[in-house]
Amino acid sequence: MTAPSPTILLRFPHRHLLGIRGLSAAEITLLLDLAESYVDQNRQADKKSAILRGRTVINLFFENSTRTRTSFELAGKRLGGDVINMSVSTSSIKKGETLIDTAMTLNAMHPDVLVVRHADSGAVQLLSEKVNCAVINAGDGSHEHPTQALLDALTIRRRKKRIEGLLVAICGDILHSRVARSNIFLLNTMGARVRVVAPPTLLPSAIEKLGVEVFHDMRNGLKDVDVVMMLRLQTERMHGSFVPSIREYFRFFGLDYPKLEAAKDDAMIMHPGPMNRGVEIDSEVADDIGRSAIHEQVEMGVAVRMACLDVLMRHDMPSNRDAGAGR
Amino acid sequence: MSIPPEKQPGRVAYINARLLDPATRLDQPGALLTDGETIADFGPSLFEAGVPDGIQIVDCHGACLAPGLVDMRVQLREPGEEHKETIETSSRAAAAGGVTAMVCLPNTEPVIDDVSGVEFIARRAREVKLVKVYCHAAVTQGLAGEQLCEIGLLKEAGALAFTDGLQSVADAQVMRRALSYARTFDALIIQHPEEPSLASGGAMNEGEIATRLGLPGIPRAAEVIMVERDLRLVELTGGRYHAAHLSTAEAVDAVRRAKAKGLRVSCDTAPPYFTLDETAVGDYRTFAKLSPPLRTRADCAAIIAGIADGTIDAIASDHAPHDQDSKRQPFAQAASGIIGLETLLPLSLALCHQGRLGLFDILAPLTYKPADLLGLGAGRLRKGAPADLVLFDPNRSWTIQESKFRSKSKNSPFAERETKGWVLRTVVDGRPVFIAED
Repeated sequence: MTAPSPTILLRFPHRHLLGIRGLSAAEITLLLDLAESYVDQNRQADKKSAILRGRTVINLFFENSTRTRTSFELAGKRLGGDVINMSVSTSSIKKGETLIDTAMTLNAMHPDVLVVRHADSGAVQLLSEKVNCAVINAGDGSHEHPTQALLDALTIRRRKKRIEGLLVAICGDILHSRVARSNIFLLNTMGARVRVVAPPTLLPSAIEKLGVEVFHDMRNGLKDVDVVMMLRLQTERMHGSFVPSIREYFRFFGLDYPKLEAAKDDAMIMHPGPMNRGVEIDSEVADDIGRSAIHEQVEMGVAVRMACLDVLMRHDMPSNRDAGAGR
Repeated sequence: MSIPPEKQPGRVAYINARLLDPATRLDQPGALLTDGETIADFGPSLFEAGVPDGIQIVDCHGACLAPGLVDMRVQLREPGEEHKETIETSSRAAAAGGVTAMVCLPNTEPVIDDVSGVEFIARRAREVKLVKVYCHAAVTQGLAGEQLCEIGLLKEAGALAFTDGLQSVADAQVMRRALSYARTFDALIIQHPEEPSLASGGAMNEGEIATRLGLPGIPRAAEVIMVERDLRLVELTGGRYHAAHLSTAEAVDAVRRAKAKGLRVSCDTAPPYFTLDETAVGDYRTFAKLSPPLRTRADCAAIIAGIADGTIDAIASDHAPHDQDSKRQPFAQAASGIIGLETLLPLSLALCHQGRLGLFDILAPLTYKPADLLGLGAGRLRKGAPADLVLFDPNRSWTIQESKFRSKSKNSPFAERETKGWVLRTVVDGRPVFIAED
């Protein structure tokens, strides 16, 4: 792990990690394999390495997030980098000029990686075009959240020993979910079969064109699946705008044991967090250590983000500047 | 600003021209004579015996001489946003594009909802003195969609039609009263047809691409519903109604049926709606963000069919200048619209070069048809008519270049596009306002 292998560069030719779309199965596998090694490192007493020594990582969050930001912060620190958190309150940004201005300002401080979350789809890509350092998308609007999909994939692969051929149901607010899109792209690329289960008001138009099967009934949608991925339903969407009420949503789309019966006996349950207990998921199911992989997802998150930082940093080694291409 | 002393244009003979008049379907080699501000004579045998002394000669070398283009929908940004465009810069762009008359939307700052606004535009146009600049006035005060403007007084002051610009008149009762009241003055009501509750927050056409990009979509139904609602109100009131920049096949169909019923309705479209589809958005390309949004290839084909059968009365540039700060934004935040004055003619001519439409099919909606809708005595080759002319080579190829735009803003998705149709000279009231450099 200490001496960067030049072959990794050739196998991962991207300067930034902006989304899952555009990554090949081999590139995804490479990131997962590397993350796997960091899982071991993170379980040792001494969790620190020196891969990012002297490097600066800036977490630039235009949208509130505790989990993702903390996960990236730990990942950067465990690799020996200097990590700075910068939260730009959403109220102070009215125009994207602020986005570009902020990007240019930070760029002038010579960071090596910018980890960016923004409420607008495409904002992270726009920002990546204006800076010289590597950019990792930590979630942009309803577009992509690539590290979440990678950590989900790693969690699945560790439990099920494979991804290819699995049947995965993604349930809930697909319409507004970047997690859903990144997962759909990743799971399809890796050869899994993907279903989405939601009321039509929470499904974007033409979603089936993304290569998923569409269900509006949980029992049908969960039938024989290997993996159940639940999505968070934002509070402001629960009271009549997209679904009529919490109790109706929970009754028909909340994951509880009766609905879960349709899935395979060993089906695993995932949730990107934070959970709304009693809205999209029943507490009993969420806390079922035999089936719920929710805490493991959090653990994998740090490892996956270490792998992403690691791979992108290798591009930035002066000797490798020419090897990096693509996004 | 002082107005330079008038220099009478005198008499000018345009010889060796291919005379084109879409209204009479004249397409003949010949010559045309302007005397002062008007067309004195034209025809195949004019100047057969040579041009008499004392007349200035312009040799057209076989290029097309047609009525100047009448662009019924542009945004000038003056007054209020002169950093994006002014009447002077847009007039230069218009002249270079072969447009001799343009009509601006009332969405300036302040809004043109008062006689003084109409008079301001007229005064600035006189001072700039390039192409003819007219304006539409607002239907409702402040474009707020509630109280009617002084339609009678505004029309008297020179407003050509009434529209809330980029906003729909959303309230059905307000639209009904506008159509109804406007009958007093035979005024035309122009609608931006989009049901706001369906379009609100939308950034592009709803469908697979929007879903992939995670962008909120605007369903095609938003346009169709508003057109169909308004057509019912036209039936109810007998008003004159015009649907602006149609983008969907269904809306064109709705207007087609209404015309067959004999309703007094018309509509226009703009070149992006028959040239580009939603795939132009690519990876969040804000230059492809328009309102209404770019739709599908099938819609482009339906728009072209609507031009061919005359359902679509006019092709407007829909010129919408925006500075870089308005476009260099996350897609959903970016401003909608593109500039169009300098690309109107070549993008329209492309339909002829592709063999999809005849030359008159595209020249009619660029000249006399919009002129007639707005009550302008322009858009025709006619003795005694104003000498508003465009001389162009329909076959000359050129590459659209951002750096060459006269418009102050450069927001065009057509930069670097190969195109055909080159404006050689633009004449307004007998005066040359644009002469190509080579």
